[in-house]
Amino acid sequence: MSSTGKEPVAVVGVGQTRHAAARRDVSLAGLVREAALRALEDAGADWADIDAVVIGKAPDFFEGVMRPELYLADALGAVGKPMLRVHTAGSVGGSTALVAANLVAARVHRTVLTLAFEKQSESNAMWGLSLPVPFQQPLLAGAGGFFAPHVRAYMRRTGAPDHIGAVVACKDRRNALKNPYAHLHEEDITLEKVRSSPMLWDPIRYAETCPSSDGACAMVLTDRTGAGRAPGPAAWVHGGAMRSEPTLFAGKDAVSPRAGSDCAADVYRQAGITDPRREIDAVEMYVPFSWYEPMWLENLGFAEPGEGWRLTESGATALDGDLPVNPSGGVLSTNPIGASGMLRFAEAALQVRGRAGEHQVKDARTALGHAYGGGSQFFSMWLVGDRPPAG
Amino acid sequence: MTTGASATGALSAPLVVEFPFTRSLGPVQSAFLTGLRERTVLGVTAADGRTLVPPVEYDPVTAQELRTLVEVEPTGTVTTWTWNPAPRRGQPLARPFAWVLVRLDGADSALLHALDAPGGPASVRTGMRVRIRWAAERHGAITDIACFEPLDAGPADEDPPTAQPRPHDGEFADPVTGITAPARLDYTYTPGRAQSRFLAALRDRRTLGERCPACRKVYVPPRGACPTCGVATDEQVELGPAGTVTTFCVVNIKAKGLDIEVPYVYGHIALDGAGLALHGRIAGIPYDEVRMGLRVEPVWTEDSRYPDHYRPTGEPDADYESYKELL
Amino acid sequence: MSDDRPNGAAGAGGSREVAVVAFAQSDHVRRADGLSEAEMLLPVVREVLDRTGLDTERLGFVCSGSSDYLAGRPFSFTMALDAVGAWPPVSESHVEMDGAWALYEAWVKLLTGEADTALVYSWGKSSGGDLPEVLTRTLDPYYLAPLWPDSVAVAGLQTRALLDAGITDERELAGVAARSRNAAAANPRAQLRSSPPPEELLADDYLAEPLRRHDLPPVTDGAAAVVLAAGDTARELCARPAWIRGMDHRIEAHSPGVRDLTDSPSTRLAAERAGLFDEGAPAPDTAELHAPFTAQEVILRRALRLGEDTVVNPSGGALAANPVMAAGLIRIGEAADRVLRGTSRRAVAHATSGPWLQHNLVAVVEADEAASAPGTDGGADAAQAREESR
Repeated sequence: MSSTGKEPVAVVGVGQTRHAAARRDVSLAGLVREAALRALEDAGADWADIDAVVIGKAPDFFEGVMRPELYLADALGAVGKPMLRVHTAGSVGGSTALVAANLVAARVHRTVLTLAFEKQSESNAMWGLSLPVPFQQPLLAGAGGFFAPHVRAYMRRTGAPDHIGAVVACKDRRNALKNPYAHLHEEDITLEKVRSSPMLWDPIRYAETCPSSDGACAMVLTDRTGAGRAPGPAAWVHGGAMRSEPTLFAGKDAVSPRAGSDCAADVYRQAGITDPRREIDAVEMYVPFSWYEPMWLENLGFAEPGEGWRLTESGATALDGDLPVNPSGGVLSTNPIGASGMLRFAEAALQVRGRAGEHQVKDARTALGHAYGGGSQFFSMWLVGDRPPAG
Repeated sequence: MTTGASATGALSAPLVVEFPFTRSLGPVQSAFLTGLRERTVLGVTAADGRTLVPPVEYDPVTAQELRTLVEVEPTGTVTTWTWNPAPRRGQPLARPFAWVLVRLDGADSALLHALDAPGGPASVRTGMRVRIRWAAERHGAITDIACFEPLDAGPADEDPPTAQPRPHDGEFADPVTGITAPARLDYTYTPGRAQSRFLAALRDRRTLGERCPACRKVYVPPRGACPTCGVATDEQVELGPAGTVTTFCVVNIKAKGLDIEVPYVYGHIALDGAGLALHGRIAGIPYDEVRMGLRVEPVWTEDSRYPDHYRPTGEPDADYESYKELL
Repeated sequence: MSDDRPNGAAGAGGSREVAVVAFAQSDHVRRADGLSEAEMLLPVVREVLDRTGLDTERLGFVCSGSSDYLAGRPFSFTMALDAVGAWPPVSESHVEMDGAWALYEAWVKLLTGEADTALVYSWGKSSGGDLPEVLTRTLDPYYLAPLWPDSVAVAGLQTRALLDAGITDERELAGVAARSRNAAAANPRAQLRSSPPPEELLADDYLAEPLRRHDLPPVTDGAAAVVLAAGDTARELCARPAWIRGMDHRIEAHSPGVRDLTDSPSTRLAAERAGLFDEGAPAPDTAELHAPFTAQEVILRRALRLGEDTVVNPSGGALAANPVMAAGLIRIGEAADRVLRGTSRRAVAHATSGPWLQHNLVAVVEADEAASAPGTDGGADAAQAREESR
């Protein structure tokens, strides 16, 4: 596995829509198009430069269109080209980017457009996530209640104090003020406001949950030659992996799933990372509920088991800390479900390209993008750097 | 709910997936559908100069954005058709009709819709001349075209007029910017043989798990396969009835369609003998006194398939070490 | 297309060869009695793993294909993972497409060198819903889906276009149906395994003119699994790997009104990219075409330039068993299986997705040294394969 002769993969274009609760000004096609055009423009590319399109989104029921990529082929310039549709639950945005990256790495194609989207306003995610299933006892609606018991288990296991979740929510929302594309721009957010917001699924408060967004994210991935022609700097993929484990099983650690830590370990091995805390400059991780930041900090090897919350509490994960997490504002500020994972991957790429604007982490050279989905069971991650991989 | 059981005892039940999707249109589709409301048919000029009706937002060949609108005729020619002897829910006509692709006069592409053909399939053919029959009430949707109807046959039938599309600015008063698209699909849900065995036992107020022949772990509810070993589970094991609350949350928001008063406690409960926790409501104790390690037992009610909730047994709390692997 | 390699597939990786080394499928039935998706899938996954001696831990990659809209539930694929035994955690992905595209994703993964083996599976339990009605939801949600044109209507419009163009006639279509279902007599997994002769079929009334019942596929519950392996690993895992010499897929515009429904340029382009038409390459002895409706086989034969030398759908094809989302993967599996069994030297497999053959995938699979001259064993095997399929 050491000498695979893979083609290095470069991210040369990143685009995202303005995210909002409802983008009533565009059709589904118009929404994906907005992100795609921005990515093409960033890459200095035209539709004709794209060899294939890889698209991802969460369940088709959210928009009520079965395999919407069929209808979107025209809008994404895919006619006459290969088009793949990925669906790996919440991790899909990340998985979609990795499938696209593999097309370049395997030298099947030179330049690939990858895109993920969700237009939640076409329906109602609460409905889509909680369709009643016969014979199952209806106990809950929405994802918060599903994840809250795991958060409690984390607090019990680590002795983390109650306010950590609010620290994360406040930090991410403040970061979002520096990101013009973010859905939530809460100018007056304070720790106290988060802590006094309604307790929805104790221990998760309203202000510690992600919004429902319409939005899309796109990237142009290319090979060495393509990167050489691109007008701007590239982010280079140094490692990428997906890992899955069953939804529910005897022995599952829902607080720190092995699929997540295995996935991170694989990415670090590919990238030659031995001390992620020291060697990684910025992290975009999938934090739909604020407590998942300390949980993933441990799962991804940035903190020892039980110590993730201390890292958060110390301010290390703030934009000016030594390990900024979600400088973009993260999922807590923008959540077009299927695109949320790709936004993490794309924001990581923006950081190492020095293109993150106001939320740029100074001198970021190595960044991790992370996504997860299902019952904390599907993971996808990539690590990008400002230089091509050695070899 | 009408449920059924097959020869194998496996259960099934109806599952209805229904939602009124709200779709925003974007400029081109908005102009087209608003036009239909006003009995005006718009097309769009493609990159190669063709007039596409219905108008698409992006060129099917070059992908470029298309915005030049034109108006075409409400009459046209059938380019292909098929008979529909038994219309379904939601289709344009309730009596048998023909599905048709129609190239409207002035257009270079065809539009799919229904053709009302009282004469039956023998009266329909490719090349026949048709015209739009407008819906009496129009709201800005493709269904504003009620259907097509045959145009009186004549010499023109063989030689359609060479209408030219006319420029149109796409501007209308009070444009339609969105549509509501109700969609209902009816399914029959089958939970599987293992779950059916589990549900059958619940009727006798017994909770049956299934043991994996490879790793010996007991799954509840059983899912037919041990998810870590990938082998079938079939040895049944009676569990509980008591168990331990491994973790929980207090639910403070009322979910639509869920008849449970808030606040209530949603818990993970590891029944004695089970390899993992199942999910249930915890009651019979103030919600703010529920804790991890609490020992509970099921409370059944007449009409419920599942225990209505779990209540404290009064035993001392379980030690964290005894259930932390089940979290 | 800017991709300046003459053949996207052959250029891929350069050095890596990837083969199908095992294929299994369920019995295809109208209704998989009482089985959950995982229960339907489990024996099929077990069969390919047992046959290759692989366990989950040795799998380099896992990829599946399915549709939530068939199941009627979002995230329906997550529980299907139970059938795999994904522990320790596996490198895994899922496409909301026919399993043929899951196989494509897995093939690319193997080409990168990141994995040496892959499990691919897919399933379709069409019995859960009203399939023709469910498939209306694949159409443009603004202009088409609100009219609820079902899959029979979609097929009827395409069939009529083909008849009007004089490309086929009803007698030929009945022949396609009869040939397919009679071929399935040799396929114990198939759902429909015999057919009256074409003359008798043509005496039937129309179901939906121009379609008669025989022009339609059955509604099927079923599942399938394939194991892919690269290079020497493939040779270790089976005696006669079915080497994927090329694979490509292309999509067309969505709107039926802008397309020529009598042709499939995307199939032709994918076949060209997959190396089917390579100069000097022999005609395939076998073709497994994903043509759920009879007229679609006619379109595909023309696009793939198949002649008398090629046996089409010896398995019976989708007209004999049509588990939606798996039927395309089964075409690749069936084509490869003939190579694995030594009855084919060079086979072409095709999968389709979307209305009016909108999206098409073509794979060319070959036995070792398939390029040997006609008249060698390959020819004899092919003749035998043709014989078997009669």
